[in-house]
Amino acid sequence: MQEIVRGRAFVLGDDVDTDQIVPACHLVYSLTDPTEKRLYGKYALSGVPMDQSGLPQGGIPFVHEGSDTSEYSIVVGGKNFGCGSSREHAPFALRQAGVEAVVAEFYARIFFRNSVNGGYLIPYETPQRLVERIKTGDEVEISMAENSLLNLTTGESFALRPLGDIRPILEAGDVFAYARQQNMIK
Amino acid sequence: MAMTMTEKILARHAGRDRVEPGDNIWVTADVLMTHDVCGPGTIGVFNEHFGPEAKVWDRQGVVIIPDHYIFTEDEKARRNVDILREFVKAQDLPYFYDPGTRSYRGVCHVALPHEGHARPGEVLFGTDSHTCTHGAFGEFATGIGNTDAGLVMGTGKLWVKVPPTMRFVFEGELPPYLMAKDLILHVIGDIGVDGATYRAIEFAGDTVRALSIDERMTLCNMAIEAGGKNGIIAADDKTRAYVADRTSVSGTKTEYEEATNDPDAKFLSEKTYRTAQLEPVVAQPHSPDRKSRVRDVAGTRISRVYIGSCTGGKIADFIAAAQILDGRKVEVETFIVPATVHVDEALDSEKVNGRSLRDIFADAECQIGPPSCAACLGGPPDTFGRTHSNEVVVSTTNRNFPARMGSKDSAVYLASPLTAAASALHGVLTDPRDEM
Repeated sequence: MQEIVRGRAFVLGDDVDTDQIVPACHLVYSLTDPTEKRLYGKYALSGVPMDQSGLPQGGIPFVHEGSDTSEYSIVVGGKNFGCGSSREHAPFALRQAGVEAVVAEFYARIFFRNSVNGGYLIPYETPQRLVERIKTGDEVEISMAENSLLNLTTGESFALRPLGDIRPILEAGDVFAYARQQNMIK
Repeated sequence: MAMTMTEKILARHAGRDRVEPGDNIWVTADVLMTHDVCGPGTIGVFNEHFGPEAKVWDRQGVVIIPDHYIFTEDEKARRNVDILREFVKAQDLPYFYDPGTRSYRGVCHVALPHEGHARPGEVLFGTDSHTCTHGAFGEFATGIGNTDAGLVMGTGKLWVKVPPTMRFVFEGELPPYLMAKDLILHVIGDIGVDGATYRAIEFAGDTVRALSIDERMTLCNMAIEAGGKNGIIAADDKTRAYVADRTSVSGTKTEYEEATNDPDAKFLSEKTYRTAQLEPVVAQPHSPDRKSRVRDVAGTRISRVYIGSCTGGKIADFIAAAQILDGRKVEVETFIVPATVHVDEALDSEKVNGRSLRDIFADAECQIGPPSCAACLGGPPDTFGRTHSNEVVVSTTNRNFPARMGSKDSAVYLASPLTAAASALHGVLTDPRDEM
């Protein structure tokens, strides 16, 4: 896990559910086949209603037609990010598209767990709502050491909640690597 | 130190005398359930981390119920079921309900207790968010992802954070125009889709005790729609009789240790509803917490009704719908999807006014599909009942997120089977009291 995550932000609203993150008709693809799994990147966030995609006026595609990765590597959300189904395909799809971190006010618990235990992305919580403070396309930088987010486009800086207990799991790589480090499994 | 039911079950499975909300503990699973959408990924994680020769932690503990994408020509969906078949064969697993064979059952959450895998006091993990359904049997049951499930498959263990409990008490007799679906939509509407995030939800009170097993399952099923980690209802004689019957018929484990709230157990919150004062409600598009009394949105034009899923496709749900539809004809296309093969059989054996449910639905000009998850979550384009354009659906399912049932242009109202059937008769949202 690197100490600095830097990239362009993609902004969404509240209650972004896992059907929006990856619609159920796409859950049939292999999660291991190197070619097929790229389809998850192609369809990441494809269920978000167009008028909410990238807010505030919407209409911004997360992944361009014909591509399977996104130009945005940090997703900014509001409350209850990742609610709904338990599909691990959701954080997997975001990762496939190139997302390294999500910052949201708080998460639905299964999405949060899947993100950490599968080691797909860093789910940071924000004490302050950032949806209105960051615009899609802004260049932002997350400092893991300082638990802060700097909006390089506007110069504004925001505190992030320390990762706490999940940090060693993310640092190990995933829950298996962590459990081995801790001698919980062989 | 007094504990709630949920705390007690988790403490027991962690080998501890006591736990408190917020504790992170490793617990031992009794059952791990998976299906065709998340099973292949879980097996992939298991093989990657435990090696090709590894065996699952407990053959009797792994229950595999394909149900999501069954009646489809989609090749990748069919391949996923083949991956399950291969794994079951290699691991010699006894509990696999294979599509296209006599052992096929249908929707995992309705099949699992019917096949004798739900018992009070146990810990059940499932790779489906609606695994919380099985709290209806007084057990701790919650949904997990593939990575967590792979770990459980190999070790039988998983870490969990002990949730505090929000308690909802329903007092008084349930009026005939209300169903468990109305009760849970009231709760979700009152606390919001994130109102129980990281929390257990207990349902109690004499209304709940009087509910059938099917209806208790509906209550617990939608705990996740408020963000809940688990829903739970204390076991009683009804639970014991059901579990004794289903485990003995299925030849599964019959013994279990129940858990109850200590008398001075602490709850995060406790709210009491006078059941008779509640009204039939819907959740408006596009969120399960957008509660409205049916009478406040009555007359809203709809184009389709869908009665099915783990939430609203059980025997009790179809009996309710048949009571409204008997002798009438639907005004809009109406899809009937029994959750399981057992429920499908009950369409013939269960009677309302002396006629079978199947005859009532057929005469009402409903379309009856084969048992599976079908259009509850959209699925491949050839899925029965899936939306493809700007349909406005009244559905007995659990989620009305944008595009949940297929098309981004469609809109879904969540309702009880009574409200759904009443609305089918007129092509507009209709209060079931107008048809009873």
